[in-house]
Amino acid sequence: MIVALAAKDVIAKLTEKFPGALEEAGRDAILVKADSLLEVMTYLKNTPEFDFDFFNFVTAVDYYHYFEVVYHISSVRHNHSIFVKTRCYDRENPSVPSVVSLWQGADFQEREIFDLFGIRFEGHPNLKRIFLWEGFQGYPLRKDFNR
Amino acid sequence: MEIESHGYIYSGDEIDRHEGEVIEATKAKSREAIPDPDAWLEEEVKRNIFLTTLDTAINWSRRSSLWTVICFPACCAFELIAAEGPRFDISRFGMEILRASPRQADLMITAGTLTWKMAPVVRRVYDQMPDPKWVIAMGACGISGGIFRSSYNVVPGYNKIIPVDVYVPGCPPRPEALIHGIRMLQHKIARSKAVPDLSELPNPFKKGDRQ
Repeated sequence: MIVALAAKDVIAKLTEKFPGALEEAGRDAILVKADSLLEVMTYLKNTPEFDFDFFNFVTAVDYYHYFEVVYHISSVRHNHSIFVKTRCYDRENPSVPSVVSLWQGADFQEREIFDLFGIRFEGHPNLKRIFLWEGFQGYPLRKDFNR
Repeated sequence: MEIESHGYIYSGDEIDRHEGEVIEATKAKSREAIPDPDAWLEEEVKRNIFLTTLDTAINWSRRSSLWTVICFPACCAFELIAAEGPRFDISRFGMEILRASPRQADLMITAGTLTWKMAPVVRRVYDQMPDPKWVIAMGACGISGGIFRSSYNVVPGYNKIIPVDVYVPGCPPRPEALIHGIRMLQHKIARSKAVPDLSELPNPFKKGDRQ
């Protein structure tokens, strides 16, 4: 069974490596600034100590004032996992960096978030609609969506 | 019989001897030919001819072997599969065959929620079915969109896309309800008019009607 990694073990390493990249850190999740997300994710994946080689999922939450993009990654070798979150405060043109270059599994899920939330993933190789059809107006999973 | 009473067979000679007895006994009681069990038909079949209309005969053949196209977008399909199976067994009514190709089918049972993205595909499947063809809207989603009616991507009822003959309510309908719906469709087909009136057809011998 995969054990959730205590965030405080990771935080110490990350603050040392990337000062100012963490916005806040909870009990089992770390909140990373959007512009340094890709560096932190690269570090988490490629460091042998963490070795997060498996991408569980990415999803997004609408908190009215900001969007939160939630990544769940885990390591098959070390048998641990962690939640990484990032926020984008711009509601008109929200965007976060894409992690497809690190984990191929993020490809379709980032397209789904782009389709249903309207969040752009910068650096995605094929960012286009996946569920809805061309010409659909609005973003159905946003809280303020009404027909 | 002789050999079984011994319990054990010790040699091939005993088998041979038993075989000879069986053949001799069969031969002894097979001198006469067994009478043909269908011999009585020669007289009776003359009385079995009956007259009917072409409509009745065609409708009987149409409704008795409805072939269903596989178009099951969602969860009602499992009730349909149960109805297909041995417990409810809709092959009793002549329609156990599911066709993967709409070109070989004449009945569409719309088992499940239809999204707008799927709607053109369903319309295309329906258009590929040869006439005559019928549609059963199965379940709340098939009738009106069901609990997803107010959703942004769900078609509020199949009758927005294709003409529906019979509506089977339920969420999902029990297999008995589906079978009842199929029986209602069969009644509908039985009452329909299969042969057009000759006077309505274009007359090739009349000058104005020639095409």
